[in-house]
Amino acid sequence: MHGSLVVWDVLPMPLFESNDLFSLRRRPPQEKLVDQGFRQLSIVLASIVGLVLLGILLTVLSGAHQAITTFGLRFITTSDWDPVGNNYGAFTAIYGTLVTSILALVIAVPLGVGTAIFITENLIPLWLRQALGLMVELLAAIPSVVLGLWAIFVMEPFLRPLLEALHVYLGWIPLFSTTAQGPGVAPAILILVVMILPIITAISRDSLQQVPPELRQAAYGVGTTRWGAILRVILPAAVSGITGGVMLALGRAMGETMAVTMIIGNSNNFSWSLLAPGNTISSMLANQFGEADGFQVSALMYAALVLMVLTLVVNILAQWVVRRLSLKYS
Amino acid sequence: MTTSMPSPSQIHAASPEFCMELENVGISYGGSEAVRGVYMQIPRGKVTAFIGPSGCGKSTVLRALNRMNDLIEGCTLKGRVIFDGQDLYAPQVDPVEVRRRIGMVFQKPNPFPKSIYENIAFGARINGYRGDMDELVERSLRKAAIWDETKDKLKESGYALSGGQQQRLCIARAIAIEPEVILMDEPCSALDPISTLKIEEMMHELKKSYTIVIVTHNMQQAVRVSDMTGFFNVTPKADGDGKVGCLEEFAATETIFNAPTQQATQDYVSGRFG
Amino acid sequence: MTSTTSPLPTQKPSFSRSSLRLNSSLGRNRWNQFFTVVAAVFAVLAVLPLVLVLGYVLVKGGTLLSIRLLTELPPPPGLEGGGIGNAIIGTIVVTLVASLIAIPVGVGGGIYLAEYSRSGWFAQFVRFGTNVLSGVPSIICGVFIYGLIVSTRLFFGQSYSAMAGGVALSVLMLPTVIKTTDEALKLVPQELRWGAIGIGASRFVTITRITLPAAFTPIATGVVLGIARAAGETAPLIFTALFSPFWAEGLFNPIATMSVLIFNFAIMPYEAQIALAWAASFVLVVMILAANLFARWLGRFARA
Repeated sequence: MHGSLVVWDVLPMPLFESNDLFSLRRRPPQEKLVDQGFRQLSIVLASIVGLVLLGILLTVLSGAHQAITTFGLRFITTSDWDPVGNNYGAFTAIYGTLVTSILALVIAVPLGVGTAIFITENLIPLWLRQALGLMVELLAAIPSVVLGLWAIFVMEPFLRPLLEALHVYLGWIPLFSTTAQGPGVAPAILILVVMILPIITAISRDSLQQVPPELRQAAYGVGTTRWGAILRVILPAAVSGITGGVMLALGRAMGETMAVTMIIGNSNNFSWSLLAPGNTISSMLANQFGEADGFQVSALMYAALVLMVLTLVVNILAQWVVRRLSLKYS
Repeated sequence: MTTSMPSPSQIHAASPEFCMELENVGISYGGSEAVRGVYMQIPRGKVTAFIGPSGCGKSTVLRALNRMNDLIEGCTLKGRVIFDGQDLYAPQVDPVEVRRRIGMVFQKPNPFPKSIYENIAFGARINGYRGDMDELVERSLRKAAIWDETKDKLKESGYALSGGQQQRLCIARAIAIEPEVILMDEPCSALDPISTLKIEEMMHELKKSYTIVIVTHNMQQAVRVSDMTGFFNVTPKADGDGKVGCLEEFAATETIFNAPTQQATQDYVSGRFG
Repeated sequence: MTSTTSPLPTQKPSFSRSSLRLNSSLGRNRWNQFFTVVAAVFAVLAVLPLVLVLGYVLVKGGTLLSIRLLTELPPPPGLEGGGIGNAIIGTIVVTLVASLIAIPVGVGGGIYLAEYSRSGWFAQFVRFGTNVLSGVPSIICGVFIYGLIVSTRLFFGQSYSAMAGGVALSVLMLPTVIKTTDEALKLVPQELRWGAIGIGASRFVTITRITLPAAFTPIATGVVLGIARAAGETAPLIFTALFSPFWAEGLFNPIATMSVLIFNFAIMPYEAQIALAWAASFVLVVMILAANLFARWLGRFARA
């Protein structure tokens, strides 16, 4: 510190002669230590993300180890779930996970994208658009377990006659081959639609809003109708973001637990019918993990591993798709 | 600490009239060379202007003088920048201390989202100022010729000022910490002519106390404010792979604009290209 | 007016020109109206669930609201009356634990990404990891904490505990907080950083005194939304915090939360329990919507 004052004194400083007023011209070691320490701390905190991911992977892998060595890939293709005989196969749950999430997506994508168009294009007054947008975002905030409660006591009883009618008239199709008696795969799909709609709508809306206005003006300038511009120019330009949003929604649907657990019926018996009770990996975990012990825990960990891999693949694919397609259109 | 610094008086005795010296400075961004081979001696207590066509690296060289380029990823410097008898790029040098002694004013006015008073006091405080803060604020604002406009609203946000006033506030902020050198990166490019004029008048005052280095696009401005002028130019690289900036000519401003030795300088100052 | 003359009568027109009057029976105009109607129907269908769910929760839960409900313990199965007091406290406790872990870690990680990281492998890995972690199903967070803390009895030999539940929720909040901080700091103009560094501020001072305060509102908005989401989560809690019919007994014992209460009571065959599930839904939804509207107000406040 004193060294700096020596340096300072020989310099010509006609304006301010009182140079020693700046006591920190030369930084004291403790200030440098704080500066360096803060940087190191932020690196440590950032690496916690990696540690958590590693922890999740190791916990699930080590927990599932016993079941993996016993069943191998047979676990994925068979559907016995017998805690008494310690014989496990997760096909019913895996099938349930895939069929509920994919069918929910099939319903939710047109609804979500349509809604996004409706609230970004100026078809209705601005305040109404903002109100609709706010409502969709608030829908995303409602906890899954509340939607599950509502599904049990309101949605499913209301839908049961409709689903029963499907069975009566279309019962020859395997998907509707059982009677609708209450909880089942179909109500689970519908509650999933409600849960993933906000994601698809929000991301589609963001993507549509990012389409440069020049593109829109160009489309109108050559004499297209409003929907001509939307369908042929604006939607294609926003497709990368929308696709990414759809993939993220798929990942969310696969992992969604509470509402599905409460309404799907939790049956390990495999059935093609959407009207019959079923299971997903996450609902199976939610239902059995707390009471399981011994070998069943290992089997459940194996199922958790399958779920992790499925969502991981979908999420990485989503990031890849966004990067790939946005390169094409930017 | 005293041992790591060479005895300052010796160095100053060696070059009393030069404040900073650049020795064969070359700067690259992520492997591609932006500027090469710059030799320059910046005189103390004078205004030195950097001019040249865009892409010639004049701002890059300016930012190298107080290690602002450290913030840009992949930016590396070859050669030596000597200030106060020390190579600023030597490993033991603390860039934060460098910037406490070599201040900077930027192209876009960038006051902090704080009150006018706090904009000045913030820098003084982190430099460990022990004197009367009110007095320092007033002195700095007066020095930057903005005291009259702000004395009644020191508690208001710095954002409440006009663009020209904001820039003078930033200059006041820079001189409040009493640096030895003030670097100015096109300080008037975002301002109207009247604000520009005010800042130029102020620079004449400031050079009595500080060494000033200014980058400008405006050749009239260089003539009006500077004592020395460095003309930077872009030349194709020898291997034909892109272009690189270099210092074409460095001399008294009068010489550069009236009797340059290089043809390229002559062409540029007479408006034939650039 | 209805003639279809081209500007140059001598030239044969290559396009047929018709009247400028809007002809709504034209194919293109019919399609236009059709799509508008379809989009409107979709938008209504998308908003309908919110209206219905909110309506039911407010009516069925709101009518049960009383001081007793907020202050008493749930009744034993089969008995009438009681409240959800312990679950309200439990939700607050568990969410608080999660916030106390996730906010410092997440803000620190976000500061690293926005302020220190360069495009090296580590920064890319952290960004990628944050994205992956935000896609990990919430039930897997529960499984992870079960394996890490509950089954190993890490905390004073206790298995299920409020602490374990809080840690599980913090894993869920972490990526949200990191992303929010990272994005908010990136919105701070670079010039502001230069200004501080140009007068000799260290990185530490620049970040804590200039950039973080400038990014405070967007960070706070994102954090509030993250907390609101965590408060409603159930899946990570069912086998970490478990449930308790009693008042909270410290951080290292099982604790009741509103979300687990709803899950447990909804499938019970007793009217009193189902009524409490609706009441808990009401309290939870009101709390979460209030937090959401607060965050939105905070965001608007920042822009003004």
